[in-house]
Amino acid sequence: MRKVAVVGYAQTPNVRTQLYQNEVEMLLSIIPELYETSGFNKDDIGFTCSGSTDYLSGQAFSFVMAVDALGAWPPINESHVEMDGAWAMYEAWVKIQTGEVDTAVAFSFGRSSMGDPAETMILQLDPYTLAPLGPDAPAVAALQARALIDSGKATERDFAEIAARSRRDAKNNPQAQLKGDLDVDALLAEPYMASPLRKHDLPPITDGACAMIIAAEDVIDKAAKPPVWITGLEHRFDSHQLGGRDLTISPSTQAAGEAAGVNKGKIDLAELHAPFSHQEIILKQALGLADDVTINASGGALAGNPLMCAGLARIGEAYRQIQDGKGNRAVAHATSGPCLQQNLVCVLEGQS
Amino acid sequence: MATNHHAAVIGVGQTNFDAKRLDVSQVGLIREAALRALKDADLEWKDIDAVVIGKAPDMFEGVMMPELFLAEALGCVGKPMLRVHTAGSVGGSTAIVAASLVQGGIHKRVLTVAYEKQSESNAMWALSIPIPFSQTVVAGAGGFFAPLIRGYIERSGAPEDTGIRVALKDRLNALKNPYAHLKIPDVTFEMIESSPMLWDPIRYLETCPSSDGACAMVIGSESVAKDSAKPPAWIHATNMKSEPTMFAGRDQVMPQAGLDCSRELYKKAGIQNPRAEIDCAEIYVPFSWFEAMWMENLHFAPINEGWKMTYEGATALDGDLPVNMSGGVLSTNAIGASGMVRFAEVAMQIRGQAGEHQVDGAKKVLGHAYGGGSQYFSMWILGDKPL
Repeated sequence: MRKVAVVGYAQTPNVRTQLYQNEVEMLLSIIPELYETSGFNKDDIGFTCSGSTDYLSGQAFSFVMAVDALGAWPPINESHVEMDGAWAMYEAWVKIQTGEVDTAVAFSFGRSSMGDPAETMILQLDPYTLAPLGPDAPAVAALQARALIDSGKATERDFAEIAARSRRDAKNNPQAQLKGDLDVDALLAEPYMASPLRKHDLPPITDGACAMIIAAEDVIDKAAKPPVWITGLEHRFDSHQLGGRDLTISPSTQAAGEAAGVNKGKIDLAELHAPFSHQEIILKQALGLADDVTINASGGALAGNPLMCAGLARIGEAYRQIQDGKGNRAVAHATSGPCLQQNLVCVLEGQS
Repeated sequence: MATNHHAAVIGVGQTNFDAKRLDVSQVGLIREAALRALKDADLEWKDIDAVVIGKAPDMFEGVMMPELFLAEALGCVGKPMLRVHTAGSVGGSTAIVAASLVQGGIHKRVLTVAYEKQSESNAMWALSIPIPFSQTVVAGAGGFFAPLIRGYIERSGAPEDTGIRVALKDRLNALKNPYAHLKIPDVTFEMIESSPMLWDPIRYLETCPSSDGACAMVIGSESVAKDSAKPPAWIHATNMKSEPTMFAGRDQVMPQAGLDCSRELYKKAGIQNPRAEIDCAEIYVPFSWFEAMWMENLHFAPINEGWKMTYEGATALDGDLPVNMSGGVLSTNAIGASGMVRFAEVAMQIRGQAGEHQVDGAKKVLGHAYGGGSQYFSMWILGDKPL
């Protein structure tokens, strides 16, 4: 395997509604920063891969316009996954492993405000057996949260404490959407949105875009900042059928984590893609994280959840925290599908 | 540049294509192709390391990211799954991503499947959604591409019946392909000429059908391929290129991305003279005239002379560069699968599996797909020996 490192990351601020920029303009606001801060420029990039979904913008081929933001002229070697940008980064990493390219950009964009994401996500369910029942995204997540409580693994107070901690930590993240000091008892007095989940347990609706450059060891001398090495990168898939799996565990996260070697060394910090508060508990257990691991210092998806970006943003946030000296070995995680169906785990290390 | 590891196609499967496959769900459709590919590779579900799924816009079936509910039927639980979408070129790009997983040394056996079940929606109108401040594709793909064909005719001075000749050739080839969707046994030049004009200059019988169907391949590593019972089709080179949809001065008739993509592809595959060295080609021709245009874009013919290859019979099954031996996209078009059907036909030709549409002695074959507004390209060249 070729050694590959993250050498640059940029993202837009997470906002509820981006009225003044379309998807291309959102990307245009971060791509120059990506090049300026990484030490790599457009001509260095051998491959580009993006992640997005047509159902957010309500338009077939919505990713096609995104190449405009890259200045794709002369034409570029480019691909797209209908997945979170974390998997675009995976495809970019694979392309570097083939030896055909040394440097790649992965990016993603999501303007969740274009519709009602909770309703839109119903269309992600099995069209024959689940979607006709019409459960929206919070209702589906609530089934998982309820199973967690019924199994005795967590309480509603645990959920509220995760939400309060995330919003408090988000105060240190200038790009977070929701931040502040919340009182857990006050949160527990709030009404349910989808029992047992309350508003604080749900992610906000967020518009955003993010982009990352990864590079092979052979060209790492160009990097403007110390590289952060990708020492493990794996993803796995679970059944889609909610009745066909134990919702209180995440076998795909566990398998990906083991394959990525999460516990081959001490983990200092973790960025977990848990759009619903209770999912952090499942992920922490699946990855075998110790209690002293700092989880979601960025505030995580509860402080800003641009759909299709929030996974890649976890890798970006972990990269930033290592850059900032908050730790040397991190695990970042991305999820897709109902109730943590598909999961990607990335281990990042500063000095090798 | 060679990749770090060799890879080869060791199994191919496709469904029977039809306007409406009412006998199967989306799940049944992809399983039909995948099971045929596994059987061809003499493998079982447990042998597969990862699955790569491709399809065109999700609005074609009305399911957001449908691979999430589909992939369990491909034995995917506990494994990695990727979903690729690069517009019309997606079937080709999906195969390339699957190949990369082997060429990068990450997996040894990767299953890749591309599909579309267009009868569950209406592709033409799914492509015609008006978006504020953007140009629409004006009543389906034909409305977008017809002016480009007019531009080509004006530049090249190609005879007006070039498109009819392409359509006749491809429709006759389709009669030799048991999987093809649209088969017109008594098709004639006059029948195509007298068919209704849909988007001038594209007539009804010069356009592709709307199909339900899926295609699958198994890509194996060098050691796996050498152990395989049937002959492997070795991947000599792959390439993808994209350019923006529109900007002042963009040549939409002869897009630079296609010219660059094929030039780089030949270089990677060590090919100096594509017309002489490539034995046959399966390319993405959704509207008849694109055969002539792509012959130039793929450097098989000088600029403005691609139509001569059609006219002189060079692209016929018995010509010096047979093109679209399967009957092509004009005969079968489950959009998300169409690129992979092209790529799979390449593998079938190399492996001697193409039956009545087999080109004798095919040793080096090109597969091509394109999408968007003639702006996304994916291509591969397979050979009977490792490069």
